Amino acid sequence: MIHEKVLKYLRENFPGSIVESEEMPADFIPIYHEYWAEIAAFLRDDPDLRFDSLQCITGVDLGEEGMDVRYNFHSMTHLHKIEIRISVNRDKPKIPSIEQIWRIGDWFEREVYDMYGIIFDGHRDLRRILLPDDWEGWPLRKDYETQETFHGIVVPKVKEEWE
Amino acid sequence: MGLLEEKFEDNIIVASFDKILSWARSTSPWFFQFGLACCAIELMATGASRHDLSRIGMIPRSSPRQADVMIVAGTVTMKMALRIKKLYEQMADPKYVISMGSCATSGGPYWQYGYHVLKGVDIVVPVDVYVPGCPPRPESLIEGLIKLQEKILNERPLTKKSA
Repeated sequence: MIHEKVLKYLRENFPGSIVESEEMPADFIPIYHEYWAEIAAFLRDDPDLRFDSLQCITGVDLGEEGMDVRYNFHSMTHLHKIEIRISVNRDKPKIPSIEQIWRIGDWFEREVYDMYGIIFDGHRDLRRILLPDDWEGWPLRKDYETQETFHGIVVPKVKEEWE
Repeated sequence: MGLLEEKFEDNIIVASFDKILSWARSTSPWFFQFGLACCAIELMATGASRHDLSRIGMIPRSSPRQADVMIVAGTVTMKMALRIKKLYEQMADPKYVISMGSCATSGGPYWQYGYHVLKGVDIVVPVDVYVPGCPPRPESLIEGLIKLQEKILNERPLTKKSA
């Protein structure tokens, strides 16, 4: 129910923002990243939606199809929830930051940046959060290859031949 | 026991200073709290009243300057490996390291795929005693500590010969 409501509101207020397809998914809303900053503020501030709690930001590497950033929202006021999915380009992954809309997004976005290298445009402090600052590469990408050494310590490779 | 027997008053023990020194060291190896993962829970249990580490002369210290033994309890990540090395260098001689549990010894469950896990703490610091287990029970840890005490007892710090 809330899913149709959000779809309707977004189509009215931000025409062309939703990735339309013949079979619209029933449990999440795919949108284009160009509109994301305005849509995020709308989702939080609209009195009927009022998604005041950002619960999670997930990065997903889909291989050749690119990468996804997925947001889970919950409303403390209306007790409903929604998932937003945004595809990003694999070569130049860039997406507007919502760190100043939901404050918790600060660390969530840093974690996604840490693991996938997705740039959150407008984030005020976009650094690695878990790995060391001088780590090379984005570990959760499908094409990740570990660096040879880290401060003189040999970084272990995956041992494939072991059964 | 030879020539010196019954030449002194009661309650006087005659021994070489070397032996007394290593005996004193072995009976009070203060350990440096270094809980990194779930092994730290067993380490806490060992220090608590049921198993009571203080009865073998070990009390926890929070500073490397005051500690003799570093018990590396848990998974050592690459980021932490640099810190472990630095803290080990800050400890005063004589210093000992106990590798507690599978993770600190060999990488444990992460030995194959963990790109960020150091495969054994002995890559960065010299280890005296390895305690196996995932995590080791307090009895195992105490066994390891007693082994370390035996090792310290057999050292001859002044004549630089270890038996």
